[in-house]
Amino acid sequence: MKKLIIAAALAAITTTASAETIRMGTEGAYPPYNFINDNGEVDGLERELGDLLCEIAGLECVWVTNDWDSIIPNLVSGNYDTIIAGMSITDERDEVIDFTQEYVPADPSAYMALAGTEVDVNGGVIAAQTSTIQASHVASSGATVVEFASADETVAAVRSGEADAVLADRAFLADIVAESNGELVFVSEINIGGGVGIGVRESDAELKAALNAAIDVVKADGRLNEMVKRWLDVDANY
Amino acid sequence: MEMCADPSTLDGINWWACYLTTGKHQAFYASFGTVLLLLALTAPVVMVLGFGGAMARKSKIPPLRWFGLAYTNIVRGVPDIIFFLFVPIAMDQGIEYLRHKVKCPDVLEPIRQGNDFVVCSVAKMPLSSSPQWIHEAYGFTLALFAFALVFGAFAANTLYGAMNAVPRAQLETAEAFGMSDRQVFWRVQVKQMWVYALPGLSNLWMILIKATPLLFLLGVEDIVYWARELGGSKTSKFTYPHPDWRLYYFAFLLVFYLFMTWASEKVFNRITKRLSHGQATVGAGS
Repeated sequence: MKKLIIAAALAAITTTASAETIRMGTEGAYPPYNFINDNGEVDGLERELGDLLCEIAGLECVWVTNDWDSIIPNLVSGNYDTIIAGMSITDERDEVIDFTQEYVPADPSAYMALAGTEVDVNGGVIAAQTSTIQASHVASSGATVVEFASADETVAAVRSGEADAVLADRAFLADIVAESNGELVFVSEINIGGGVGIGVRESDAELKAALNAAIDVVKADGRLNEMVKRWLDVDANY
Repeated sequence: MEMCADPSTLDGINWWACYLTTGKHQAFYASFGTVLLLLALTAPVVMVLGFGGAMARKSKIPPLRWFGLAYTNIVRGVPDIIFFLFVPIAMDQGIEYLRHKVKCPDVLEPIRQGNDFVVCSVAKMPLSSSPQWIHEAYGFTLALFAFALVFGAFAANTLYGAMNAVPRAQLETAEAFGMSDRQVFWRVQVKQMWVYALPGLSNLWMILIKATPLLFLLGVEDIVYWARELGGSKTSKFTYPHPDWRLYYFAFLLVFYLFMTWASEKVFNRITKRLSHGQATVGAGS
């Protein structure tokens, strides 16, 4: 079966591959998914995966960063060709852009707070990044949502006491909790949203097919599982 | 540097020496150049637009006068941020639309497909295959135009006021000497207006300096972008982990801007003194 998938994928690739440059749009502020490393380059799971997908699909790719807030508008207006930025596939977003198949399975989101504080996740003040599934979840949960442009600021808000807790992807918070010397702790986990996919323009069916085929390849040969395990400490089992 | 190869073994001054010279920090230092370049390039364009706007408003040809009036009043009446957000998008899409019409006349699919703005790949501005620095230069240029358009309107108003502030008697004397309208304008009115324009223009320059962080809003990687990026807390996924240092980075920007405005003030004081020489204006006394 796997061989069949690979064969089909390769067939799809050879017909769609072109010398066109694909501009990969990411946020660059959401480790370990994507971040700008100390050399000033885009790094993280999505950098490694993106480069691999481009190689498999025979595409030439360059990396572009864009604020999370305007990442969808700038995709549809053509500033770059993909969004590969830890973006969960949701119906709301799917109305505006298209998604490839998921490359990271639905991962629970987690509430993180200062150790030793009582947090009411359904009634307190919860920080979340603007336009995320977490922000809309908090807004509908009865808690007061405080939104920030970047994920880093949501964590800073918890440290400064501006918010009781932050709701974000567990993989993003894991390192922060682990390295806080016990200052920050996980309060609870919750399953919201689906898997993470690459966003493309709805008019870009060809690119979507090429990326889907390349994702099939890395799913079938286990490279994606290994990558997701190494970066996010999540078992993907694709 | 060689010693920076394994940062986890460093401490004290060596850690700092390596930390402050990372590729990311070098991008931060270079972005100060971006801001200075924006100031250096915007100022002359602002003056040209301002002078043109002021002349248009003084024009004897009604449509030109209306145009000058509309430009200064519309731009001054709309919040800056709206213009900064509107102009680059509108210009970018306008340019791509025109290029699409010229270069791909046989593509019949509409440019606006639902949410998407789709032009053929040779009409893209810049081309997708262009190196990243061209994309950045293009974004910077669009930002420059937005700045120049907004500040040009204010400069036009300032210069228009300054032209009218030149004592009428001076112009009449020139006319009595038999100078043509053009000669009166260029040789007397423009020569004398600068000292009246200077307080307004120096004000505008200060506001322009302080408005440069708006580059950040336009997606240009300026000093505010890098300060926020570098200052944010870093886990051990990064080579140089550290807690939230945004306060210190922003404090550094604060010092930079204070220095810029302080130095500008000095320069303007000197220019005022020079221009006021021999003129009976307020500027001469100070």
